[in-house]
Amino acid sequence: MAERSPTSHSLTPYGLSAPAFIVCAVFLAAPLIMVLALSFNTFTMATGIQPGFRLDNYIEVLTDDYFHLIFARTFGMALLIALIAALIGTPEAYILHRMAPAWRSAFLLVILGPLLVSVLVRTLGWAVLLGRNGIVNSALVALGLADRPVEFMYTMTGVIVALVHVLVPFHVLAVWASLRRLDPAVEAAGLSLGASQFTVLRRIVVPQIMPGILSGSLIVFTLAASAFATPSIIGGRRLKVVAVTAYDEFLNSQNWPLGAAIVTVLLVATVVIVLAYNRAVERRYAQVFQ
Amino acid sequence: MTRNGPWALVFHGLFVAFILAPLVVVCLVAFTPEGYLSLPTRGVSLRWFRAILGSDFIPAFYNSMIVATAAASIALLVSVPAALATARYQFAGRDALTAFFLSPLMVPHIVLGVALLKFLSEIGLSGNYFGLVFAHVVIILPFTLRLALAALVGMDRAVEWAAWSLGASQTTVFRRITLPLIVPGLAGGWLIAFIQSFDELTMTVFVASPSTMTLPVRMFNHVTDNIDPLVAAVSAALIFLTVILMFILDRFCGLDRLLAGKGAR
Repeated sequence: MAERSPTSHSLTPYGLSAPAFIVCAVFLAAPLIMVLALSFNTFTMATGIQPGFRLDNYIEVLTDDYFHLIFARTFGMALLIALIAALIGTPEAYILHRMAPAWRSAFLLVILGPLLVSVLVRTLGWAVLLGRNGIVNSALVALGLADRPVEFMYTMTGVIVALVHVLVPFHVLAVWASLRRLDPAVEAAGLSLGASQFTVLRRIVVPQIMPGILSGSLIVFTLAASAFATPSIIGGRRLKVVAVTAYDEFLNSQNWPLGAAIVTVLLVATVVIVLAYNRAVERRYAQVFQ
Repeated sequence: MTRNGPWALVFHGLFVAFILAPLVVVCLVAFTPEGYLSLPTRGVSLRWFRAILGSDFIPAFYNSMIVATAAASIALLVSVPAALATARYQFAGRDALTAFFLSPLMVPHIVLGVALLKFLSEIGLSGNYFGLVFAHVVIILPFTLRLALAALVGMDRAVEWAAWSLGASQTTVFRRITLPLIVPGLAGGWLIAFIQSFDELTMTVFVASPSTMTLPVRMFNHVTDNIDPLVAAVSAALIFLTVILMFILDRFCGLDRLLAGKGAR
């Protein structure tokens, strides 16, 4: 139904969408197709990039132990980060939900605001905090919890702490969105019928916000799996993740085809995980989404 | 509604401390009088802020301003008509088009970065502003589109109908009625797009050349060499600017609604 006016031409919406379509087709679709094609080319130091259609890069990425380690590290790290973010982000969202409105909006600003601050700046903060002579180490030594500085930089612990910090607001946001749809009357009913606070939480609140928890975890997982700045600065080259490996192949080794194959595998793996996760979640929580 | 218990408030305090700690520390370290990273225990100094002025962070800052302003404006210009089409017309392929416009949210920036590096070098656009700006337009388009859509869907259609029934042409209705009503939403969309573009590192690191290097890329290159009070001072200045923008944004439309799109996949 062309509801705007009888004169509106049936081609009008296509004309209106054309500029955005051209931008996305030229600067999104075309580059992605090109990088896919690039991943089938070959590269040697002597000859540079050779055109052609060969699976050499994929065979290398999928069979080499070096790449297995990097992919396992990246996805294992992302899983752990999503788990930690869920464990601390979900209770925090619930606490925010139960605050008086004035406090709530103030703290929401404090917790979501950092999403607007460059990831680089937040990572830098952790580099300062976690350095050998950083504040965390000074505190640990002063409190007698450690007799010499603990090495956080270039360790998994450091990368995970910093990435949880960078990504946990997304989890809070997702759970917060589903908490806002919660009917407070149901909670009140549970309490008035004699259920304990804990029972209300377990039987009424958690089941209803489960979609928020699950989608928040997925967001954190996918962003962690493709994170670049934080693992590169805190983890360095000793703890390479997929994104840093791709960066090195492109800008240091100049082996573009191999780098293209690495990011293609990352993209495909991420998409497969997201789709599988969504399917599993929708089957399990079908009634919640209806 | 029940109140939070003491343990909940302790947890909340620790959580907020965790969130703020790195930002506060960067700001404190920026005021150190020493030549190395340290808390300003022996007095406060502005020497590192003065040092920014003569450094090459300044041209990088201007580059970022140019790229973010141009990209946010172009993204807004192309997403308003697209949002109009989606919000006001029923047509074949509408949902597919919307999904296509929002798809940049689903592609990791590292993938976009290498793809655009290859693409721009292939068509001979690498190293100039044009390619860099349009690379940014793609990643911020979903934000301007969502905000424009929300504004168009949220407004009162009756006003449009009234103007139209009184004989105003379609363009007049848009210019005199629709546009003024959606301007606050568009301004919020422009600002969040500007911030996204200004902060973008992962994709830009592949696309920017030495002459178009943006501030995040300049900072990243600096930090991989050494982390010193100079880069802490730049970060502190950025935090300060972001806080100002954040309050403006929160006034416009509420931060939780604006950011909802950022992580949506």
